[in-house]
Amino acid sequence: MNPAQLYTQPAAYLVVAAFLLATGIYGLIRRRTLIGMLISGELIFAAASLNFMALNRFTAPDRSVGQIAVLFIMGLAAAEVAITLSIIIAVYRNYRSIASKDLNELKG
Amino acid sequence: MNSFPFSDWIVAAIFIGCIAITVTGALIAACTKRIIRSVCGLAIASLGLAGLFYFLNSPFLALMEILIYIGAVCVTIIFGVMLTEPDEAAPENFTKPFPVIAPLVSLAIGAGVFLGIAKLSLSVNWQAPATVVSDGSIKDIGIRLLTTYSVPFELVSLVLLVAILGALVIARSGRTKE
Repeated sequence: MNPAQLYTQPAAYLVVAAFLLATGIYGLIRRRTLIGMLISGELIFAAASLNFMALNRFTAPDRSVGQIAVLFIMGLAAAEVAITLSIIIAVYRNYRSIASKDLNELKG
Repeated sequence: MNSFPFSDWIVAAIFIGCIAITVTGALIAACTKRIIRSVCGLAIASLGLAGLFYFLNSPFLALMEILIYIGAVCVTIIFGVMLTEPDEAAPENFTKPFPVIAPLVSLAIGAGVFLGIAKLSLSVNWQAPATVVSDGSIKDIGIRLLTTYSVPFELVSLVLLVAILGALVIARSGRTKE
């Protein structure tokens, strides 16, 4: 395979997406605060977007559907970030901490 | 197309640079100690991802990635970092329950996911489609969003509206009790 034609290979994009997913899962396990886990979740969203785009570009006959799907993913990710940050701020106001080991009560 | 000397090698170098920016940003986002550097890592990864979207023949999504992720999501997370204190120092008597095993297990899970999916995607021979019914231009995306996908489009705008209202209600409710 010619290395100058690497950007025409779907496997290059899929390997990068797999790396983003693995980094997101690693961060989701290792992070101790809620904001760190939120950032790792965003990395997983990015991996899903890249998978959608790569497979749509190289294997689907209709090249608009993947872009529209990724646009919807971005909109839902923005809504998720807004809701999650407001929950984090409410949690911080009650517990004075957002470390995940402190959030061990169900009853408020 | 190849009138400029070494133009295909320049394109390949830019592509590898985009991949390097994405990978570096993801590593910064997942591995740094301070949370603000992690947010910056997410912004760097989004920048590299926008470059990859550009290579996938979608300048529209590249622009949207920069606008939404760097311009909106990262700034919102930075506001969250400002309003809370995520970098609280650990108390002195706190000992990690599994100081050796826990990093190794999470690293093994991450490496397993990466190697498994990478091996799977490298082993499949991806077939190009026989016919291309739509070229994926911005004009075509606009027409699709207002005809075929108009209902999901409106639903996403409704979800964003509900998310903003819900965020206001949740973040405000504790304040009235005090």
